[in-house]
Amino acid sequence: MMAAVALASQTAPDPVAADFTRIASALPGANVAWLAKLRRQALERFVERGLPTTREEAWKYTNISALAKRPYTLGTKSDVTPVVDVAPFTFADLGAHLVVFVDGRFSPALSRIGALQAGCTLASVADVLAREPERLEAAFATRTGHTIFSDLNAAFARDGLYLHLAAGVTLGEPVHALFVTTRDDVVAHPRNVIVAEAGARAFVIEHHVSAGAASYFTNAVTQIDIGTKASIGHCKLQQEGARAFHIAGVHIAQRRSSRFESQSIALGAALSRADIATAFDDEGCEASLAGLYLVGGRQHVDHHTLVDHAKPNGTSRALYKGVLDDGARGVFNGKIIVRPDAQKTDAHLANHNLLLSKSAEIDTKPELTIDADDVKCSHGATVGQLDETALFYLRSRAIDPATARALLTYAFAHDVVERVPLAPLRTALERTLLARLPQAERLRDIA
Amino acid sequence: MPSNDKQRTSGEPMLVVRDLAVKVDDKQILRGLDLTVNPGEVHAIMGPNGSGKSTLAQVLAGREAFTVTGGEVRYQGHDLLALAPEERAREGVFLAFQYPVEIPGVSNVYLLKAAVNAVRRHRGEQELDAMEFLSLIREKMKLLDMNDQLLFRSVNEGFSGGEKKRNEILQMALLEPALAILDETDSGLDIDALQVVSKGINALRSPERAMVLVTHYQRLLDYVVPDFVHVLAHGRIVKSGGKELALELEARGYGWIEQETARETAQAAK
Ligand SMILES: Nc1ncnc2c1ncn2[C@@H]1O[C@H](COP(=O)(O)OP(=O)(O)OP(=O)(O)O)[C@@H](O)[C@H]1O
Ligand SMILES: [Mg+2]
Repeated sequence: MMAAVALASQTAPDPVAADFTRIASALPGANVAWLAKLRRQALERFVERGLPTTREEAWKYTNISALAKRPYTLGTKSDVTPVVDVAPFTFADLGAHLVVFVDGRFSPALSRIGALQAGCTLASVADVLAREPERLEAAFATRTGHTIFSDLNAAFARDGLYLHLAAGVTLGEPVHALFVTTRDDVVAHPRNVIVAEAGARAFVIEHHVSAGAASYFTNAVTQIDIGTKASIGHCKLQQEGARAFHIAGVHIAQRRSSRFESQSIALGAALSRADIATAFDDEGCEASLAGLYLVGGRQHVDHHTLVDHAKPNGTSRALYKGVLDDGARGVFNGKIIVRPDAQKTDAHLANHNLLLSKSAEIDTKPELTIDADDVKCSHGATVGQLDETALFYLRSRAIDPATARALLTYAFAHDVVERVPLAPLRTALERTLLARLPQAERLRDIA
Repeated sequence: MPSNDKQRTSGEPMLVVRDLAVKVDDKQILRGLDLTVNPGEVHAIMGPNGSGKSTLAQVLAGREAFTVTGGEVRYQGHDLLALAPEERAREGVFLAFQYPVEIPGVSNVYLLKAAVNAVRRHRGEQELDAMEFLSLIREKMKLLDMNDQLLFRSVNEGFSGGEKKRNEILQMALLEPALAILDETDSGLDIDALQVVSKGINALRSPERAMVLVTHYQRLLDYVVPDFVHVLAHGRIVKSGGKELALELEARGYGWIEQETARETAQAAK
């Protein structure tokens, strides 16, 4: 693949570069000099390296060569937002600020942003680029932890969620950023920027869904900057279409005594990959990463997490759980790095997988790199089937085997859903989870 | 297969175990076990640790991890071993587990209701709705002196040893089985809890129902007085008697039975 791109670039222009030439001038903020430069540089990096192959460690178990073969249309010519009903994707009683993006573009008509308190800015990235691009310069220039796909995103990103909280501001309601794809072959590069100044707090749901589209490509990047004693919750819900590619990076920078809480729930897409990486830039940070992937058919789901304990007294917890059915394939790579300076680090990472079929597969690799001596760290991974004793227990209570299996699968996954702090969202997730299981109607009042 | 007692011809035993042999992982655990239980009877099964009491209980409930290598089991005149565990439960067989299983994320009330309704569906009865079920369960819980909160917690998760055992008896009280097999339901109960649980068990005693109690201690049998006491050792029932046998075992242990059995075996060999 890499060779093919390199070869192509000697003879014909790279197709991605050609796309860029065609649409760069129409991207939001095209006239902003620093942005144009960042975009060009990002494109050059991407063209030079090309899409990763399975020879690269980070992509060893996830083969994305099919991505290059799809006829994705970059930068649709039409500016008309398709009509779409987003009601099925919203959460009753959540009272969230709803920020909707359709095929990669902000839709003011579908969004419902409530009154915001002073010190809180909630807007689309395209709007910010048009009015106050300088607000985004620092975030866009940051490349810590970024990958080849964030370069691709940086070259083409045109919209996304922008949330800025001034010092001490607590955003009372959660933000629901909803990314809806309505057409096949669309490629979208959402770029979300969340900045919480000292002591600020907010909860953001990043939600990717399909409304009638099956085959498309989402390449999202979310940057979260959490100030001193600030706290951000981020729930990523991936419910993309059946044949979609979904690649996402969530890059977090944490200042002194800040808190980050993440839930990543992956249910959809033919192939999905999420890189969630947080770095403790100062003392006393806390991060809690929870994840659930529940896939079947021939789905492929990959999670890479990284907690970089660069400074002392940090605490991190990671719990990822996977349920794989049919011929589904999962990849989990969880990394904890404890730098020499990071004494009194307390870090724990666990990944548990349930294989419901003989042909389902998981490659799991928790990694611990510890360069400090006064630390408390542990990690573990398990791969197993449903517990025979528990199945027998349920069946001995007159429950049929299919329901018993569904119950235990639900119970296994529930552990992660339980960590979602907002009750209406949690309830909706529980329902979504149940709907994926056989005998769903029998399981309605399970919890 | 008849699902209630009326259809049963009178005088038919509830359970007949004949020459039952059971293996797990190539290890022979039961070696020719015989046991007959009639409606209305309470049988206590005692015996040393590891002798196969739980194996017997679980085989009767349909645990697939155990392989029956010989013999037969008839329940109300029908082949019990041909039924799946859930079918046995629906036909009225109930096993109270020695180690009740924790199921995080599934509420206790959900499991109880699902179990009751599965049995009702099987009997062709109307399923209970949430309100009907709650009033039924509250009545049973009162009998067992159980805290309401245990209903809304995950099945057995974080329950104390005693709470788990009470929860098993609660399930039994709701399912109203024809044949109840209680595997060390008394273990881990404090003195008061033992009385409460015994009261729950006695409340279910009836001429149509039979019970098999696996226990190590006389104290349960003080409250739930058995009609027969059996000693299971080396994979067989080696001695049977009335309720006095339990008292004798309490006083003398199992050693004398082992010797007696050895003598009998030697004589038989002659
Ligand atoms: N799954 C298994 N694999 C291997 N051996 C087993 C298994 N289950 C039970 N056994 C063995 O079978 C024997 C009988 O076990 P069982 O649990 O029936 O004994 P028990 O009479 O109930 O003992 P206790 O009084 O301690 O409860 C024991 O030696 C036990 O270790
Ligand atoms: Mg036992």
